[in-house]
Amino acid sequence: MARYLLTRAWHSALTLLLSTVVVFLGVRALPGDPALALAGEDRSPEALAAIRHHYGLDQPLPLQFVQYVQRVAQGDFGVSIRTGTPVSSMLTTALPVTVELSVLAILIAAALGVGAGVLAAVRRGHPAEWLANGLALVGLSVPHFWLGLLAILYLSVAAGLFPASGFVPLLEDPVDNLHHLVLPAVILGTGLAAIIMRQTRSAMLDSLSSDHVRTAKAKGLPPRAVITRHALRNSLIVVVTIVGLQLGGLISGAVVTEQIFGLPGFGKMTIDAVFQRDYPVIQAVVLLTATAYIVINFLVDLLYSVIDPRIRVTGEPA
Amino acid sequence: MTTVEPADTAAALGTPVLQVRDLSVSFRTEDGTVSAVDRVSLDLASGEIVGMVGESGCGKSVTAMSLAGLLPDSARVSGSVRLEGTELVGAREPVLRRVRGKDIAYIFQEPMTSLNPVLTVGRQIGEVLQVHERMSRRAARARAVELLSLVGIPSAAKRVDNYPHQLSGGMRQRVMIAMAVACGPKVLVADEPTTALDVTVQAGILQVLRDLRDRLGTTILIITHDLGVIADVADRVVVMYAGRVVERAPVTDLFAHPYHRYTAGLLSASPVPGVHAGTQRLQEIPGLVPVLSTQPDACTFADRCPAADDQCRDSAPPLAVVPTGSATAAPDHLAACWHPSPNPRTQPEEATA
Amino acid sequence: MTVLTVPTADVTGPAGISRRIRVLRRLRRNPLAVLSFGLLALVAVVALLSPWITPYSVEQTDFAHTFSPPGTPGHLLGTDDLGRDVLSRIMLGARASLQVALLAVATSLVVGVPLGLAAGYFRAWDAVISRFTDLLLAFPFLIMAVGLAAIRGASLTNAAVAIGIAQIPGVIRVVRSDTLRLKSLDFVAAAVVDGASDLWVLARHILPNATSVILVQATVAIPAAILGEAVLSFLGLGIQPPAPSLGTMLATAQQFAARAPWAAVLPGVVIMGLALAFNVFGDALRDALDPKGNRR
Repeated sequence: MARYLLTRAWHSALTLLLSTVVVFLGVRALPGDPALALAGEDRSPEALAAIRHHYGLDQPLPLQFVQYVQRVAQGDFGVSIRTGTPVSSMLTTALPVTVELSVLAILIAAALGVGAGVLAAVRRGHPAEWLANGLALVGLSVPHFWLGLLAILYLSVAAGLFPASGFVPLLEDPVDNLHHLVLPAVILGTGLAAIIMRQTRSAMLDSLSSDHVRTAKAKGLPPRAVITRHALRNSLIVVVTIVGLQLGGLISGAVVTEQIFGLPGFGKMTIDAVFQRDYPVIQAVVLLTATAYIVINFLVDLLYSVIDPRIRVTGEPA
Repeated sequence: MTTVEPADTAAALGTPVLQVRDLSVSFRTEDGTVSAVDRVSLDLASGEIVGMVGESGCGKSVTAMSLAGLLPDSARVSGSVRLEGTELVGAREPVLRRVRGKDIAYIFQEPMTSLNPVLTVGRQIGEVLQVHERMSRRAARARAVELLSLVGIPSAAKRVDNYPHQLSGGMRQRVMIAMAVACGPKVLVADEPTTALDVTVQAGILQVLRDLRDRLGTTILIITHDLGVIADVADRVVVMYAGRVVERAPVTDLFAHPYHRYTAGLLSASPVPGVHAGTQRLQEIPGLVPVLSTQPDACTFADRCPAADDQCRDSAPPLAVVPTGSATAAPDHLAACWHPSPNPRTQPEEATA
Repeated sequence: MTVLTVPTADVTGPAGISRRIRVLRRLRRNPLAVLSFGLLALVAVVALLSPWITPYSVEQTDFAHTFSPPGTPGHLLGTDDLGRDVLSRIMLGARASLQVALLAVATSLVVGVPLGLAAGYFRAWDAVISRFTDLLLAFPFLIMAVGLAAIRGASLTNAAVAIGIAQIPGVIRVVRSDTLRLKSLDFVAAAVVDGASDLWVLARHILPNATSVILVQATVAIPAAILGEAVLSFLGLGIQPPAPSLGTMLATAQQFAARAPWAAVLPGVVIMGLALAFNVFGDALRDALDPKGNRR
């Protein structure tokens, strides 16, 4: 157990370090002088020199990297070229929106996906299986931002059921907050649900035909116990791993969803930054996404070790 | 089989616990129907150990699984399986569920995969008791400890909280047995219980099964392709080939006087210590068990049989009492063969001794 | 007496001819597979020929007839905000979608297959390649695209490369595990015992037998790439206007949703149809390759 966790922790740390290097070098890979890019509008020699000095661009690369890591570790991601506000404070306002959206989406996706996956696996040949399979295929194939557009067009604008855009902080008005987030979360969640459904179904089918489920049936356990305690519990190991790996897709999806629904989150901040060539913001966003992905997948590994007592050092999903 | 069904000896010992009549099983597959079991009849008397033997694919396991309705939906089962008079073929799921694990319990080949890897062994044994005996989780756990010691697991109080992967193969199989006997089943079906285990461990497992019969009077149907296992524990033997019972006899009688050509082939394909060590090469039976879409009116062994003639290919031999006149005929020795084995490999004196 | 042939082990190895024929036969018997394949073939032909067969030039504006609804004479699917023919733009947009998808999948295969083979075959490489995979996974495709767009600018190629890079880990994973499986098979062991070089074994024995999983992976990756392209173009990170793209058409439609709500429907339906056809065909292919598998 300890050895497994140590291995995972070490791998995560290594990946984190490597991604920091990538992000750091990414900015150096910008066309032309990074100072020029960082300077934005004001390109006077004095301003450029100041920027070079501020970002340590006049120093050797390894030293620059160390300084970069030091600054980031203190939460200093630099200052937005466009607005002049510190990137860290932009993040503090944007992140809660994205986190709430993502958590809601994951909850919706897990409930829908696992439920439909189990149903499709258990009711083989039944119309319910066809329906679940068909819906999953459509969910996998539909562009979700388009669904979002249609939802805004028909549910929000035409029918007036939901606000078409905007956001109210959770602490300000929880009901209104949910009202604003429900539609985006459902749209974001259904895509993930389709993936979870297919994985759950295939893991459940594997499980249901496994020897230990045969044993459970031979013991005379009622179907509910066979399905939940013996088949589903084992399938969840696979499903949890998949959800962890799908996190990247979720982050991508959140960016688009926020853009469509005009949610003032991380995604909107990212897209705006790209078009405004706001490099410090982009750098922070990319680094933060990578970090979130790595940390959450490490947590998934921990969860994995809770569900499955057979801890294997390789860390390969069963 | 439309010919006269010979009375099984078990019937003579009193009402059989389990009575199987004309059990047939076929499967629907992508390539059409496959017939797996053809009109198998069999009685299990209380407290006896019956061995069922044959090559892989001969229908042993399918027969075993069909007893408690454990076959997949693609299986079509006909005939009759009566457990102390209650018909199980075609019985509704809730009825079968009450039988499974309580009256008919199973042990499978792979103790590694047959146990749930994410539940403790105590929990898995306790589950049976919770379902069938309505025990509380605590009481079931306490009983699980007793059962573990019953099947010879040392420091059972500690092992009860282990996960399967923390136990050795032999231990796991003992856990399977503990789970199977938890509710004191009338019939224990052991499907290749020792095949996946080391030879040294095998003996221990077989000993546990024998003990259970002696102490609890459990009726055991043991399925194996290993004649050594049969010789070790079984009272009676049923030989299956391509879904049919081809021979049925008390264990000593079968080893001494194999009547069916297939049985003779099986015996000469496996070594029996002391009998012919070093004197004779082991014979192999050429060919494979055929996969049949329908059951032909012919001996299905004919294609692999050295003595097969037109009679064998044109009509199925009935399962009948082996005629007197052959070595030491017994009324409870049955076989389905037109041209039986002329010279049993072992001498009668040796085997009957 | 009907004796079916005993299912024998494939003597020629899993890539044997008989197997290929069986797979094709199974595909032909599956109506969904035939339907999706037919649709894809049609789309492919239209996409290939679209520069010559579109009713109008895609960039030909007509400010007198903007926002014509579908069914307008001369414009079957109507016109957009600049009076351009929607049908023509959809045809070329689908072509661009396929271009991006194929380029992306090709990128992921060119990088992923050799790495997957190496990771599965050479123990020493496995750890290094695994860390590389972890690193790639840490950058979701959109973030990757954002970074690439920031560094190199937004374009069709960069969108395809970003999607392709994001798909590399998936390719590595399936190729690696199939290589591990194949490596343990007797015919590979026999080749090794015979003194075949590692490269020879990989090229002659493992790669050919791994094609089926690679094929399946590709059919999963293509619809994902089509959706990815749509997202990137919608956000302005992909194909740049005025070049037609289904994603940018939707972005425009969003701006004029009040005036022309129908414009938001068609491009989405086309994207979904394309992705769905690939996904259905991918499922059918997987079923056909692995009949014992649990998909049907």
